[in-house]
Amino acid sequence: MSSIPEDLSYTKEHEWVAGIDDGLTVTVGITAYAAEQLGDVVYVQVPETGATVAAGDAVGEVESTKSVSDIFAPVAGEIVETNSAVVDDPSLVNTDPYGDGWLFRVRVEGEPEDLLSAAEYGTLTSGES
Amino acid sequence: MSRSTPLRGVHERLGATLTDFAGWQMPLRYGSESAEHNAVRTAAGLFDLSHMGEIFVTGPQAGEALDHALVGHLSILGPARARYTMIVNEDGGILDDLIVYRLDEDRYMVVANASNYAVVARELIARSEGYDARVTDRSDEYALVAVQGPRAAEILRGLTDADVDGLKYYAILPGVVAGAPALIARTGYTGEDGFELFVLNEHAVPVWDALTEAGRDLGLVPAGLSARDTLRLEAGMPLYGNELTSSATPFDAGLGRVVRFDKPGDFVGRSALERAAQDGATRRLVGLVARGRRVPRHGYPVTREGAVVGEVTSGAPSQSLGKPIAMAYVSEDALREGGLTVDIRGSHEPVDVVDLPFYRRSK
Repeated sequence: MSSIPEDLSYTKEHEWVAGIDDGLTVTVGITAYAAEQLGDVVYVQVPETGATVAAGDAVGEVESTKSVSDIFAPVAGEIVETNSAVVDDPSLVNTDPYGDGWLFRVRVEGEPEDLLSAAEYGTLTSGES
Repeated sequence: MSRSTPLRGVHERLGATLTDFAGWQMPLRYGSESAEHNAVRTAAGLFDLSHMGEIFVTGPQAGEALDHALVGHLSILGPARARYTMIVNEDGGILDDLIVYRLDEDRYMVVANASNYAVVARELIARSEGYDARVTDRSDEYALVAVQGPRAAEILRGLTDADVDGLKYYAILPGVVAGAPALIARTGYTGEDGFELFVLNEHAVPVWDALTEAGRDLGLVPAGLSARDTLRLEAGMPLYGNELTSSATPFDAGLGRVVRFDKPGDFVGRSALERAAQDGATRRLVGLVARGRRVPRHGYPVTREGAVVGEVTSGAPSQSLGKPIAMAYVSEDALREGGLTVDIRGSHEPVDVVDLPFYRRSK
């Protein structure tokens, strides 16, 4: 079973969102479950810093040996930082999905909607695996 | 309903990610598919290929029946030797690619892909009518375990009385492996040295376990279909359903050499293939190396100045080259002109055309 940290929020697209409670800037990555499903990640494309995104926009992609998936903006706002380390070493998504494998930070605009709790995300993924 | 091989329980114990492949639950990977790929290149990998089909053709005219049914010249194949060949329909379209092993004077084993062996068996039965030969599909009785990589011979040697070192590439001999009767073939689909062991289902687990034990200190790891696919792609080997389909002839696939017009008698597809050989193909299967890091994948259009000039059949990040690689059918005109790109989800990424294979092992 892959881990689902209690203190993060989640999306149906298997991303995690950290720092949603302070309401300012959030960090986004993909979950351990998603990383396991993808297999070895070989390429990560992150959005441009400064870009304004709407929740649900495809803003990047993560590519593994067998497949490629879009990365979606889980919340609306402005991209304020991206993780150049994960672009240089995409395997960080596999080895540390909730830590060094983070993808980008968004300065949140408006109220985020439709995020899942750890328990809700656990229910979602237990039905899929 | 998915089928399982006799090794399903072993894969589950090893924590494999299973995937449906041609109606079979097969191991996609056990851990990191890149690590499995690299282990086969540098040491050895252990594969369960029990989903493949084994069809036996026996009798005094078995060789002649295969000459008629397939594009190759199998009646002149030496005993204990193997040949890569194909079965085509009347239009010359590829029904499957095969390895045919001549077990002895009047006994052959045809190994077909999981997705096709029922069709192959049916066609072989129909096409051998009138020959003194008998076709028996024994796919359900046989498991296939492969050990592939530079240390494969070292791993197998201690488990069998058979002369592993004397066995030539594309040859086969019967032997006992870890107590089980086996057909031991020096063939594979990885671009490395290696062996394929055909054993009855009940022997699959003990043979797998014995190989695992023998390879423990030699870097042997279990390897799944994901690694198998990237290994064969680097080795420039076609996959049925990707490079090979019923709408392609062997000439389209750059494999016209397997068609033996010089053999006596008629064979199924001969007249269509003679036309195909004469006309020349308007498209060709080529290797592509991407300049960027995004991967051209199966089904993506090959483009030139925005116009579609071909299609990617297989693509993956290559461990050995450190770049994305692909095979694709591309029009001869576009190949002459150059400047090819692949439409990777809307953006046209530059690629270079290279000779196949992408990877060749050092002898």
